[in-house]
Amino acid sequence: MVDAVTEPVTAKPPVLQLAGVRKSYGSGETESEILHGIDLTLQPGAFAALIGPSGSGKSTLLNLIGLLDRPSAGTLTIAGEETTSLDDNNLTRLRGRSIGFVFQHHHLIPAFTALENVAMPLLVARGRPDDEMYERAGKLLDQVGLGERKQHLANRLSGGQQQRVAIARALCMQPQLVLADEPTGNLDTHSADDVFALLRQINRQAGTSFLIVTHDPRLAARCDRIIELVDGAIVSDHANAAA
Amino acid sequence: MTKIARFHWRPPFEWIAALRFLREGRTQSLLIIVGVGVGVAVIVFMSALLSGLQANLIKRTLSSQAHIVLLPPEEVARPQSGAQATALNLQKQGQRLRSIDQWQPLRERLAAWPEVAAVSPVAAGPAFAVRGDATKAVTLLGIEPDLYNRVVSLADRLIAGQLRVGAGEVVIGSELARDLGAELGDKLRVTTAGGAGETLTVTGIFDLGNKGVNARNVYVGLRTGQTLLDLVGGVSSMDLALRDLDEAERLAARIAAETGLVADSWIRTNAQFVTALTSQRVSSNVIRFFIGLSVAFGIASVLVVSVIQRSKEIGILRAMGATQAQMLRIFLLQGGIVGFLGSLLGSALAGAFLMFWQMLARNPDGTPMFVIGVEPGLVMIAAGSASLVGILAAMLPARRASRLDPVVAIRG
Repeated sequence: MVDAVTEPVTAKPPVLQLAGVRKSYGSGETESEILHGIDLTLQPGAFAALIGPSGSGKSTLLNLIGLLDRPSAGTLTIAGEETTSLDDNNLTRLRGRSIGFVFQHHHLIPAFTALENVAMPLLVARGRPDDEMYERAGKLLDQVGLGERKQHLANRLSGGQQQRVAIARALCMQPQLVLADEPTGNLDTHSADDVFALLRQINRQAGTSFLIVTHDPRLAARCDRIIELVDGAIVSDHANAAA
Repeated sequence: MTKIARFHWRPPFEWIAALRFLREGRTQSLLIIVGVGVGVAVIVFMSALLSGLQANLIKRTLSSQAHIVLLPPEEVARPQSGAQATALNLQKQGQRLRSIDQWQPLRERLAAWPEVAAVSPVAAGPAFAVRGDATKAVTLLGIEPDLYNRVVSLADRLIAGQLRVGAGEVVIGSELARDLGAELGDKLRVTTAGGAGETLTVTGIFDLGNKGVNARNVYVGLRTGQTLLDLVGGVSSMDLALRDLDEAERLAARIAAETGLVADSWIRTNAQFVTALTSQRVSSNVIRFFIGLSVAFGIASVLVVSVIQRSKEIGILRAMGATQAQMLRIFLLQGGIVGFLGSLLGSALAGAFLMFWQMLARNPDGTPMFVIGVEPGLVMIAAGSASLVGILAAMLPARRASRLDPVVAIRG
């Protein structure tokens, strides 16, 4: 709400706002700080790449933003909700409602079908299956081009197909922010292009914000904004005119 | 919610996940269900066998015994008044054969008690049975056959003749018949220590399944017994049959307190036998407990492994918004389901074992030695307790699953 004044372009609050976020592991002499005071704001509809060498703290930052881990210091606000004071249950609820995940290794649940995997966040949130959630999951699978594979078990699909299912699942709760950790890292060039195009399409059509962690400079070059992390600090953060 | 209800019932998320996980880990799930099944089968089989065996033993033991025997109070020698009790060395008095005071009103009173099935007055005492050159020491029992038959089912145990003890008639055991060489219609002479004697005709021969009883018990009519034993109008004891065997001890104490008579219950008369049964039951409970424990450890260890194998999936579900409580329930349910399915399998196995057992254990005449079966109640108890054991066993793994750090779990 406060940022609405400084950013007159959008009436909505930023989907993500980090202020002075630090993360350290261990304690006493063995304590090591991975992130040294990160400030970062993502507006609705953002399509940003997070790049940086291995060990720069990208994954740690993504885990914090994904509410899978808690910062040691600083504030983290998701969709206008300050998270550092929330307990585990409320964090889980906020995570389920506001954030979608796409991991490098697909991370589908092999015991369930493609359709069930997509509907999983809804199933988990509602506690009991219903027709509406499967309808919605079916539409999402159609959207990612897997309408024919709804009843296939997740581990019967190819890598590219699994990643599309994972993207459909990330969108199931209509989250404001999707976090993608090397979403094309495990795919061949062709599948990688397809998957990336799909993310871009969803971003343009639904206005969902994306934060994409990637090693691939080709991929980063196609994002609207490039944030570079080195040794736990943001060294550059600029709009990408080429995109 | 109403929209869902209009279609068909759908299990909650935790049930779906638990069942899918079990189905996916097919071999593991099958092995542990069979493991639980074998444990449950042993427990059910043992319980059924033991209760059948014990019921049979008790039935056999009590076939020639009353549940409670009432006797006149013991006679005690008392020093004459004025004598120094402490200085006296009292010799214990021998017990004469005496009648129970006022036995007829007492019999009617006891017969009216709801716990009492039958009351049979008996005039019993020592005697000799003589036939030709053979003389045997016997116990002479004067009975009212209809009443006595409700306490000890003598009529069912006759191997020849009838249970008829009118004037001049006697029913003897198979051993005694052999010892004396007596058959139906033969005459034998019964004399008592008091010198009374009577010649009687054998009208029935019984086999109560106990050699001692078959050699010793000689049944005559109550009146004949009273005359021979010099107990005219009296009875030396009253035999009671109860509706509930296990009440014998409590009821005996109550009768003794109310009447002043000596009341011996079958539980006290057969103290060693009852102790043996009890310790049999205790040892079987100990065995059951340890089988249950090893079943629990089996379930727990399989689930611990499963939690480790599924840590990635647990992490994904947590990232999807599944709460710790939901993860806990998924694994508790898996334990419960394994226990439940195992108990059904175990009950079926036990049923098969028991049928096989009954085919082997048969009396010479081909009837089953004792009838035992898997009762629905036993199956229900087995299923309920196996499910509970499964849930308890899953406690530790389920807690581990719920506390997994999703970050670590996803990174694998």
